[in-house]
Amino acid sequence: MLIVPCPNCGPRNAADLRYVGESRPRPDPNSASAKEWRAYLYERANPAGMLRETWYCRSGCRRYFVLERDTVSNEFTNPPTPVAKLGKRP
Amino acid sequence: MTRLPPQRGEVIDRSRPVDFTWNGRAMSGLAGDTIASALVAGGVRVVSRSMKYRRPRGYMSNDYWDPNGLVQVGDDPNVRSAHRLVEPGMAVEAQNVWPSLERDLRAVTGLASRFLTAGFYYKTFMRPMWLWPTYEKVLATFSPGGRIDLDTPHRYHDKRYTHPDVVVAGGGPAGMAAAVAAAEAGARVLLVEHGHRLGGHLLWGDDHDRALAAELAASVETAGIEVLTDSTVTGRYEDNWISIVQRNHPVAVERLVKARAKALIVAPGLIERPYVFDGNDKPGVMLSGAVRRFVNMYAVRPGSAAVVFTANPDGDTAAVDLERAGAEVTVVDARLGENIVRALGGSKSVRGVELADGRTLDCDLLVTAAGWTAPTSLLNMSGDRPVYDDAAARFFPSVPIGNVLATGGLAGDGSPDELIKHARATGRVAAARARVVSHRLQAATARARPISGEEPEWPGDERLSLPRDPHPALFRSTTHGVVDWSEDVSSKDMVGAAAEGYDSVELLKRYTTATMGPSQGKLETVNTVAVLAEARGQTIAEVGTTVWRPPYAPVTMGALGGRLFEPVRVSSVHPWHEANGATFMLAGQWIRPDHYGDPAGEVRNTRQNVGIMDVTPLGKLDLRGPDVPKLLSHLYTNKWMKLAVGSVRYGIMCAEDGVILDDGVTGRLGEQHYMMTTTSSGAATVWEWAENWLQTEHPDWRVHVTPVTSGYTSINVAGPRSRTLVRRLAEDVDLDPEAFRYMQVRTATVAGIPDCFMWRIGFTGELSFELHVPAGHGLAMWEALLEAGEDLGIRPFGVEAQRIMRLEKGHFIVGQDTDGLTKAPAVGLRHLIKLDKHDFAGKPELAWALEDPSAPVLVAIQPIHGGRVVPDEAAQIVRPGTNEIIGRITSSRMSPSLHHSVCLGQVLPEASDPGTELTVVLFDGRRITARVMEHHAHLDPDGMRVRG
Repeated sequence: MLIVPCPNCGPRNAADLRYVGESRPRPDPNSASAKEWRAYLYERANPAGMLRETWYCRSGCRRYFVLERDTVSNEFTNPPTPVAKLGKRP
Repeated sequence: MTRLPPQRGEVIDRSRPVDFTWNGRAMSGLAGDTIASALVAGGVRVVSRSMKYRRPRGYMSNDYWDPNGLVQVGDDPNVRSAHRLVEPGMAVEAQNVWPSLERDLRAVTGLASRFLTAGFYYKTFMRPMWLWPTYEKVLATFSPGGRIDLDTPHRYHDKRYTHPDVVVAGGGPAGMAAAVAAAEAGARVLLVEHGHRLGGHLLWGDDHDRALAAELAASVETAGIEVLTDSTVTGRYEDNWISIVQRNHPVAVERLVKARAKALIVAPGLIERPYVFDGNDKPGVMLSGAVRRFVNMYAVRPGSAAVVFTANPDGDTAAVDLERAGAEVTVVDARLGENIVRALGGSKSVRGVELADGRTLDCDLLVTAAGWTAPTSLLNMSGDRPVYDDAAARFFPSVPIGNVLATGGLAGDGSPDELIKHARATGRVAAARARVVSHRLQAATARARPISGEEPEWPGDERLSLPRDPHPALFRSTTHGVVDWSEDVSSKDMVGAAAEGYDSVELLKRYTTATMGPSQGKLETVNTVAVLAEARGQTIAEVGTTVWRPPYAPVTMGALGGRLFEPVRVSSVHPWHEANGATFMLAGQWIRPDHYGDPAGEVRNTRQNVGIMDVTPLGKLDLRGPDVPKLLSHLYTNKWMKLAVGSVRYGIMCAEDGVILDDGVTGRLGEQHYMMTTTSSGAATVWEWAENWLQTEHPDWRVHVTPVTSGYTSINVAGPRSRTLVRRLAEDVDLDPEAFRYMQVRTATVAGIPDCFMWRIGFTGELSFELHVPAGHGLAMWEALLEAGEDLGIRPFGVEAQRIMRLEKGHFIVGQDTDGLTKAPAVGLRHLIKLDKHDFAGKPELAWALEDPSAPVLVAIQPIHGGRVVPDEAAQIVRPGTNEIIGRITSSRMSPSLHHSVCLGQVLPEASDPGTELTVVLFDGRRITARVMEHHAHLDPDGMRVRG
């Protein structure tokens, strides 16, 4: 089981967290076309390589955070960023 | 056959006989015997039948992997008889033989073996399709494996979590030496050995070997290393998450150990590889290691006239051991170009062997020492892709992996001194790297005082590589024979499969099922690759090998299921429910009363008098802050900016795809204080959902979300007499219908308990007060209500009565009447979707869904013609006279209030108009007619009761 570096709780078993998935911006709900909105809902880049992804520390600090993981080696780049510090996403 | 005189390395206790039975026949072994050694000592030669052709089989590798040694012990199937120790009273039986091991009638399939070759199954049983049930019954009798006894008592399987610095897989000389060196370097070490004692192959070696084993075992003890014997490292997962099955736990049947190791040392040794030739599966054909274990550890001689086909020193030693045990021995030396081509004799025993030079030799034991397989499984699981070395005729690790290190036979050969030196160096590197990993983990953990010291440098690999002994490349003789004993696959099958086009190793494996049996390729993989390489005219290196995945050894379902850590949740009233005849149901993690013996009676009483229900599992989120209305407006589809203090409102939550996520009421308790309720199963999801918006899109909103589900005991007081009852207990609150109206909330002291809040809502369709009491007082409140309501006819009701009443009232349940595709407009609450709000979760999808004319619609349905039939939930609704599905029943009950069955269902819009007649197909095939009703509510559509 992967060890995930939570910015608050430190390294934790992945089972302690929820994998939210690829981080992606939310289109403006008032102007998004169906195609844009469904891309936001269903389309993922799924790269073999570096991926920005969101995790939720459900059994620990209960914070959402974003980190970068190499999906081939499962290595995380340091340090993970708490979402709150990123400010409002575009 | 009898025991040999005492052997110097024997592990049996001659003073302690052990009586057991074999296929009902009385047998006697000695303490320390495996089932196999006791059987062979008792003269047993045939222990199983092969899977497809039912050929008699005897012990071949005489270890955990022996594909022929699976037996039934009492109610325990698939016991590895060459590993399991014999115990007094054990009832050991051959598995899946019919009618008996001696005479299996299905052996007739052996005659037809040319029809049962690889792919036969796929090609033959495909058609005609209608015969499949018959095929299946016959084929099922061929499936390998023992008998499962459904009456077996449930026995305890345990789990353990541990965080050692270093796990060592393998307790042979290399594993022990590595473990000791790691421990001496300061690491906390867990040493895991598959067998019953430490020592590995030294245990069946000579005096020197055993002295070394004893010396190493003593140093393991001195070093204070934790040792698990009769335990297997079954898998290595991401970040050295290591699963170990411990079979010799004193209390539990088995224990699954999950170890997070900072470094892993892989030292499983080597597994002897069988040789492929005609007749190689006759009882009496054995590997050299099998023979040496029988003779040296158990003082059993598995034959008296032996031919030993040897290509290495271990085979030579087997010949010496057999001679010392009094057998007549002829050596056939592969290194001199000699070869064996065929085992002779009947199906039940080898009687001789034909050599390549034309000679035939008589024997009752044919021993082969044709080479080794490197069990690189744990390295594969760590990302290594072992490569084949032609000269040594085996695979070696190729990719160095930071904190997974191989030693012992996997890494190379050499003198015992060289091997131990390598192992000790491995232990030191592992300990040093574990220290770095540990530092990183510590440093990454936020703490009041940061840990001191710099991160140690990542230690390089100081180890000298081990020499590799040359070994003849022996896989198949000039004849064809069995490659996979478990699956009954021959080299001829494989050549045929390759000719049919299944000529990549992964395809060949799946098509023939070679390497997919209980020994998981430990004996078969390399021969499979070699046979394929030969068929393709390539080298083994060119063909490559399959990837070994977990588990390293088969794992029982018990070990995996084992002990659960799921919490069990009950309300504070639970003791009362238990004492008062409640029948419980499991709802997520909650145990709650389904009913108290008479759900229909509970409904009638609640409709006529007053009932109380423990609804504690209802999710409750305490919301505080100035921006709560913004959050509510964003989560729910309707409007929340103007909810007055003292009011509650119902809302539906949708996910971003417009699908209904949850529903419930939220009340405003104070200026900046709200209480949200969610469905019982949705509490955790909704909390995460709220946090998601607060933390990602709207970090500027000032809202605190606190889950208080179990902080309050929630009691629904429902029925026409509920106000009278609550009035008797509530202080400082005006309960007048005009002062405390439907969909309002009040805080109050009730039954002397302060800080309660209650709201008037009506899931059941009755006048009702939902009381939320600080949990410590929940039971007192429950009892006070019962006492105060005695003369009003109060009775508790459970989930079933509630479900009936809400269905009578036409209230849907998220997840029951909706599914993963149901968007908000479908449930008939279109007016709750407010598209004029700037933004809310799922807004675009809901805008489109409101325009969608094709989505199914939730409607109330009643069967006609008396309504005595209660349709099955999930029964399909079809277009009359056809099988075309146009909907389904989602909820269905007999209504005790209407004496008529009532349903909710989803139907296509074309069939959703009130009065439409529907055809419902019951599970038993009957078709009934039902009608779409005008209102969701079957009872009191105007809501006179709830508003009373």
